Amino acid sequence: MSLSIRRTVIEQSFRAGVGHIGSCLSIADVLAALYGGVLRGDSDDDPERDRFILSKGHAVLALYAALHEAGRLDTAELNTYCTDGTAVSGHPDHALGPIELSTGSLGQGLSVGAGVALGARLSGSPSRVFVLLSDAECNEGAVWEAAMFAAHHRLGNFVAIIDANGQQALGRTGDVLDMEPLPERWRAFGWDAHEVDGSDPDALAAQLDALDTAQHTDEPHVVVARTTFGRGVSYMESQVHWHYWPMSEELYAQAIGELDADGAAAGGR
Amino acid sequence: MRRAFIDSLLALAAHDDSIVLLTGDLGYTVVEPFVERHPDRFFNVGVAEQNMLGIATGLAQSGYTPFAYSIATFASMRGYEFIRNGPVLHELPVRIVGVGDGFDYGPNGPTHYPLEDIGLMRLQPGLDVIAPADPAQTRAAMDALATEPGPAYIKLGKGGGSVAGLDGRFRLGRAELIGSGEDVAILACGGMAGPAVEAAGLLAAEGVDATVAVIASVSPAPLEDLAELLGRVPLTIALEAHYVTGGLGSLACEVVAERGLDCRVIRHGVREVPRGESGSTLHLHRRHGLTARAVADSAVSVLNSSR
Repeated sequence: MSLSIRRTVIEQSFRAGVGHIGSCLSIADVLAALYGGVLRGDSDDDPERDRFILSKGHAVLALYAALHEAGRLDTAELNTYCTDGTAVSGHPDHALGPIELSTGSLGQGLSVGAGVALGARLSGSPSRVFVLLSDAECNEGAVWEAAMFAAHHRLGNFVAIIDANGQQALGRTGDVLDMEPLPERWRAFGWDAHEVDGSDPDALAAQLDALDTAQHTDEPHVVVARTTFGRGVSYMESQVHWHYWPMSEELYAQAIGELDADGAAAGGR
Repeated sequence: MRRAFIDSLLALAAHDDSIVLLTGDLGYTVVEPFVERHPDRFFNVGVAEQNMLGIATGLAQSGYTPFAYSIATFASMRGYEFIRNGPVLHELPVRIVGVGDGFDYGPNGPTHYPLEDIGLMRLQPGLDVIAPADPAQTRAAMDALATEPGPAYIKLGKGGGSVAGLDGRFRLGRAELIGSGEDVAILACGGMAGPAVEAAGLLAAEGVDATVAVIASVSPAPLEDLAELLGRVPLTIALEAHYVTGGLGSLACEVVAERGLDCRVIRHGVREVPRGESGSTLHLHRRHGLTARAVADSAVSVLNSSR
């Protein structure tokens, strides 16, 4: 699923002439793990479904691609991405069925997710809540307010995933505001912290499935996914300007060529 | 007011399992009855108002009706964007409860004076903004809000006195009138309703007939009531323990301008940042002209100058 997500990201961002491509490519494998089997319940109105909140809303195109792969967003809708009048916009809009929360202002998704997780516990629902944050999003103080709350209330049905790609809008996270060591920081806040290769969907899925989320009185869980910004397109990898830049026609062709080659190497997977 | 609030909340919670009370570590001697009765539905989130509003949003998404309680400045401003992107954007029944009318926290200083919360909250479409004038009106407002599907901001003053002639009336989107004078209309909400009624009494003694409009339902705004009232008086004075921009005075200006009414509007509120001077609530009201006498004098002066 990762390759299909990446291909959709490249195609749609080129068609729409928009950026945030690097951030989308960075989470393609995380979303492939989540929508490839980790998340339970595949109907938007199943009250017991697992919730997924994309707190780093600027990477929503990758989420549309994953929802498309999972059969929850049809092609016609996907093709309205960033066109006039659509809810398939540059940041998640809950008007679109499978989008749980409108995000785009960093640092808010974890608090709301903790509230949903608490609500699930109060009502005895088996729902679990997964929130995907960026590493730089952890600059926001509100993230840590939510982290303290979730740990204090032992929200074991709550999972944060950090897209640790080491890049933010204007530079490397280590240079802008160093948040490392991330697992230790979360552990210090009372979370069950894990670190995983964020470019390996199987390893991600195995780690997420191994979390003891059924026990509602356990610690909340965080998985620090070590990812690569722009992964899958050589000229974008770890290049900060691909936070905002759209692609030229030549670079688009190159990106598609590289993804096709990856697909062929993986046996059309 | 706070007692009336918690009593109402307990009464509602007795029949409504969805009600949850959150506090940002405030409400000593207020929240305890709820905590005793519903310990499983009470969460002190700690000194973290942003998170309180995020949690409230998530709980509301899960079918709960959370009341998020703090001092009005913190409740309304620290997490403003959480309110905007959460309950307002998602149309969720989060009740934000802000304690303290303008200068209620007198000696505590300017960080505790909510002088812009009504204006800020009024900006958000679909957010009910409720500023009851006394305990009986607080109870009525809580009842009226019980069936509101969207979010609300409730501003609770610290006073406990009753406003003469109000008799606990409250309707969403309506102004509650006291008197029917046609010389001047005095608009007020929250803790200024009392002084407004007092000013009407002073004016009556001077031969000026006033109508007091208690606008506890700031949003939805009582547009029709205001248009009718301001269409039959030559002068209205908005008395508010709030900056003059954004509150009831601004609302009156909007109605007069949009409806093309022939009514002069005086915004009788706070015009400067109250820095370097705290004191009792009464002292600050006098300092900023928020007294019945000042309003009456202002009305007489304007009416005389236009005669």
